[in-house]
Amino acid sequence: MEFTVQDLIQALLPGAIPAPVGYPLAAILVAFAVLSAFVAPLAGVTSWLERRVWARMQSRVGPNRVGPQGILQWLADGVKNIQKEDIIPASADRKLFLLAPYIVFAGFIGAFVVIPFGSWLIPADLNIGILYLLAITSLAVVGILMAGWSSNNKWSLLGGMRSAAQIVSYEIPAGLSVLTVIFLSGTLSMQGIIQAQGWAPQDWFIFYNPFTLVAFFMFFTSALAEGNRTPFDIPEAESELVAGYVTEYSGMRFLFFFFAEWGNLYVIGAITTTLFLGGWQIPATIFGVTMAEHPLAKGVLEFTVFFVKSYLWVLVAMWIRGTLPRVRVDQLMAMCWKYMVPIAFVCLFGTIVLLVIWPDGNPALSLATLGFTTLVLVYFMWRVVYQIMHSRPELYLKPYV
Amino acid sequence: MEIPINVLVFYLVALVVVGSACIVAFSRNIVHSAFSLLGTFGGVAALYVFLGADFVAAVQVLIYVGGILVLILFAVMLTHRISDIQITNRTVGRIPGLAAGAVFLGILVYAIAGTDWAKAKEVAFEPTTAVIGNLFLGDYLLPFQIAAVVLLVALIGAITLSRKEIKE
Repeated sequence: MEFTVQDLIQALLPGAIPAPVGYPLAAILVAFAVLSAFVAPLAGVTSWLERRVWARMQSRVGPNRVGPQGILQWLADGVKNIQKEDIIPASADRKLFLLAPYIVFAGFIGAFVVIPFGSWLIPADLNIGILYLLAITSLAVVGILMAGWSSNNKWSLLGGMRSAAQIVSYEIPAGLSVLTVIFLSGTLSMQGIIQAQGWAPQDWFIFYNPFTLVAFFMFFTSALAEGNRTPFDIPEAESELVAGYVTEYSGMRFLFFFFAEWGNLYVIGAITTTLFLGGWQIPATIFGVTMAEHPLAKGVLEFTVFFVKSYLWVLVAMWIRGTLPRVRVDQLMAMCWKYMVPIAFVCLFGTIVLLVIWPDGNPALSLATLGFTTLVLVYFMWRVVYQIMHSRPELYLKPYV
Repeated sequence: MEIPINVLVFYLVALVVVGSACIVAFSRNIVHSAFSLLGTFGGVAALYVFLGADFVAAVQVLIYVGGILVLILFAVMLTHRISDIQITNRTVGRIPGLAAGAVFLGILVYAIAGTDWAKAKEVAFEPTTAVIGNLFLGDYLLPFQIAAVVLLVALIGAITLSRKEIKE
């Protein structure tokens, strides 16, 4: 079933309104609805969940007052921030200061155009999807530099500079890892990349060969760095820079930056899922039921599979933020240029060589890679259980407080 | 009068491109000039979309906004007291400048008037990525390789200029 948002607009458009006027209006309305009904709660709930998860990791409670377990905390934050005075520093560059949050936000929201939530649930399946995604997310760099410079504050400027240098540098290992996947799929379209994979883990690109497994880690690490996440959050390192490029912002403008950051976390997970983890792929038949005969159930299942997979990486990013210390600026740059770029090149060339040997992939190699990863995960779990059994910490496993 | 929406959008985009280019040229504040390039680069990408060149449009944003604009901003922001420098060239006055500008404008107008503008055909919105790739590695392999070597030379030159000599 071919079905896109554009078809929906065309079907619902009343005949009385001429298409040149009605179409853009309807598109704006749909974009507004999607923004407020999906992206805003997503970023909001992520912000609440993140604070709760860190709190548990640090033996604290976290926000638990607004609504059940504090789940409505993000609404309270939004209401509070929208009531606040919009302070513009007297010596700031007024125009650029006001414009900067919108550019960062546009770069983030533009990414949702090509995120495939299901086999037909995608705003626009551009044939240059992944390239568009890399391009549109680079808009945020300009916004961050703008915020840093226009605040007329040394900490803001330093934060903006650090952020831009970091994003521009880490784009290279990220781009090379994406290129590895493009070589395997032979297309730049997001749906095409997913269709080149299967539902079973051994058909995912992450386990295609050992090189893609490494490329996956390169990509995820670079994506965290591009999203200014711990351990790469030196642009807003509280201990050195107050809050980096957002130091002078207050109220809703401040919130826009963090809205983009938390929403971006999900975008990172969604791209990772699309490129390496088989996206929305589900088996053609489940318990003898042919999925193609039930389009609605199929769509819901695909969306669920995609959402769970991509949200898993949001949780991993929270876990990383809760456990790893921040790296220094020089360590950050050395890690990118001296280690990650060469490793990404090795992954790329290794994949090319294996593609020449086995143009259609090697199932045994994929299974071996999957088995190796499973063994590492099992060993990791075993170590965790061993530590808990032997160090006898006072476990407090009650999840709700 | 019915104006097709794509014509309207085209003129809007053209306005953004020309307008921000004017800010780049005339703004007294060099940082504002640099940030205005965002509108110019983005608008040019939109013009590529109008021409059905999807790949070029995405690469335009990726390279120019994500790379070159950020580099220009870095250069502007990291240059010490860049706004205090008198930009006007004292040795050559305004009149020779105006004359040179007029001559250049004349050449441009002459070239534009002399060109036989083919009417834009129906733009086919088809995938262009594979075609571009085949042409780069087929018919235009030599120019492609020469461009790559030129970029490599520029990279080595930048490293040679910026590195510090370590004295024993």
